[in-house]
Amino acid sequence: MSANKANPSSAGLAAGGTLLEVRSVAKRFGAAKVLNDVSLNIAAGEFLTLLGESGSGKTTLLRLIAGFEAPTSGEIWMSGQRLDLVPPYQRPVNTVFQHYALFPHLNVRDNVAYGLRVRGTAASEVAGRVDDALRMVKMQEFAAARPGRLSGGQQQRVALARALVNRPQLLLLDEPLSALDANLRKQMQSELKALQRELGITFLFVTHDQEEAMALSDRIALLRGGTLEQIASPREIYKHPATAYAAQFIGQTNLLEAHVRAGVAACGALCWPTREADGPALFSLRPEDIGCVPSDSSPPSSASTFRGTVRQQLYGGASETLEIGCGPTQMLRVRIRAAGPLSGELEFAFLPEDAIRVKA
Amino acid sequence: MYSRAYKSLVSLPPLLWVGIFLLLPYALMLVHSFWLVRDGFIVHQWNLGNYAALFTRTVYLQVLLRTMRIAASVTLCSLLLGYPLAYYVSFYSGVRKEILYQLVIVPLWVSYLVRGYAWKTILGSDGVLNGFLRYAHITHAPVGFLLYSPFAVVLMLTHIYTPFVFLPIYAALESIPRPLLEASQDLGATPSQTFLRVVLPLSMPGLLAGATFAFVLSLGDFLAPLLVGGPSGTMIANVVQSLFGAAYDWPLGAAVAMCILVITLTLLSLTETLEKRWSFK
Repeated sequence: MSANKANPSSAGLAAGGTLLEVRSVAKRFGAAKVLNDVSLNIAAGEFLTLLGESGSGKTTLLRLIAGFEAPTSGEIWMSGQRLDLVPPYQRPVNTVFQHYALFPHLNVRDNVAYGLRVRGTAASEVAGRVDDALRMVKMQEFAAARPGRLSGGQQQRVALARALVNRPQLLLLDEPLSALDANLRKQMQSELKALQRELGITFLFVTHDQEEAMALSDRIALLRGGTLEQIASPREIYKHPATAYAAQFIGQTNLLEAHVRAGVAACGALCWPTREADGPALFSLRPEDIGCVPSDSSPPSSASTFRGTVRQQLYGGASETLEIGCGPTQMLRVRIRAAGPLSGELEFAFLPEDAIRVKA
Repeated sequence: MYSRAYKSLVSLPPLLWVGIFLLLPYALMLVHSFWLVRDGFIVHQWNLGNYAALFTRTVYLQVLLRTMRIAASVTLCSLLLGYPLAYYVSFYSGVRKEILYQLVIVPLWVSYLVRGYAWKTILGSDGVLNGFLRYAHITHAPVGFLLYSPFAVVLMLTHIYTPFVFLPIYAALESIPRPLLEASQDLGATPSQTFLRVVLPLSMPGLLAGATFAFVLSLGDFLAPLLVGGPSGTMIANVVQSLFGAAYDWPLGAAVAMCILVITLTLLSLTETLEKRWSFK
């Protein structure tokens, strides 16, 4: 891909500078509150993902930034200018729509040229930029085809080219991969990431797929019921989820409703040292942070141990997941490297610092 | 799968219907148009005299041209009324969409004749409109050209055929995926650019269908000129009617009718080609 020449760092901002600011934005549709007081910043050149279940408000936030909806309250600023009062056709933002929204009456070339033509770009420049954009998404040979004749993946590429040819400062992507089958999706994920790195354009990506969000993003903004649950890098959000919801939505976890007294947390068969204050506290302990202690060795001295009975063993290739019971009601998930069939009561261990205190 | 016998059984009634009530009369008319009338009797003598008469006796050409002018005016007027109406109902009427749609349809339930007489009442010398003009002191004597003129015919036919223009345009507009409009704005198109570059091209099949309805139906109309047209508003279908009736010149009437039929069929095939060209489904 050599189309980088077509794009002399359109963002025009030093990497890391704030490109977009969402300030206390709320959106109501009639009586339904879709977004509550959401504030977040997007840095120039960043790949930020809005992650959430359906109804979390992630698409609404995207539509507010694109200009298809107006916020009920709050403001949106971009490069020092108020954005939410500007009509959508004057915003330096382009969108890749969920179902692509390609114009059925125009061929691929005219679809991609659309944005340049309505802005009155000279025909000679249009031709060159459209060619570059089509080459960038490897769709040159389909330039004369109508969208109706293209596959989902090809339409996806055209939609990308149609948005990127305008050199937006910010590209909005509304679940762009959700209509593709699993293999194509993986491939497009990697192409999308490469494209973003190459062009240096800021991406705001909406998805409900946490794996996709983890794989692509510099940062993830997790939305729940119209409020921002946590915003952090994928590693940070995985390692240090702020809430029980974040811990459960991103990856699998064991939620431990523990009671802390005098620096020791206790939850059923488990107890471990902690710095949390006395009283009830909720902890998240990832399945892969629990290890199975072989009978002929002992765990590191700092580890906390407990005994549990293997109830289920779910083989998953490189790793396998055990469901273990400790005591009559407590059930924990443990992920270990595949090691053959296990049964009976075994000793397990985890490091106390891997039990992360989370808000309910 | 249905058996062959079943399929032919099912397709028989419509085939018979079309054959007996459509193709057979057309064939009879075609044959008649090559015969002639002598001493008040139709003589089965093949000739092209009727068609020659169409082009030599200028009265027929004049009426035909007037008819096409009236039909074109009706088409234009009903498009100018029907398109904005359909556009508004489809895109901007919100919760009132259903009721507005019904209101456009309701006039179709009222008899054609009743609507014709209503226009007589409105446009006549003692009619509602003239009464108002005099009451408002805009005019002092009744305005004559309102009734019994091509103007009255265009007015009445526009009133009658606007719903026929509205319906296909409305259907075409309704089928435009709304995200396309957002995509257009997102790419920098102003609302008027979006209309010209996305909405209008995508509603073209509906627009063509509506225009065809209005033009073809107006072309063959004989009631509106009869009711509100007067001598200056006579249309080609009235000529056919009188040739088949009072004048008893079936062969010439058939030739005029064949002429209308050819114009209509040419137009239909033309718009069908255009509609196909503009359809992307």
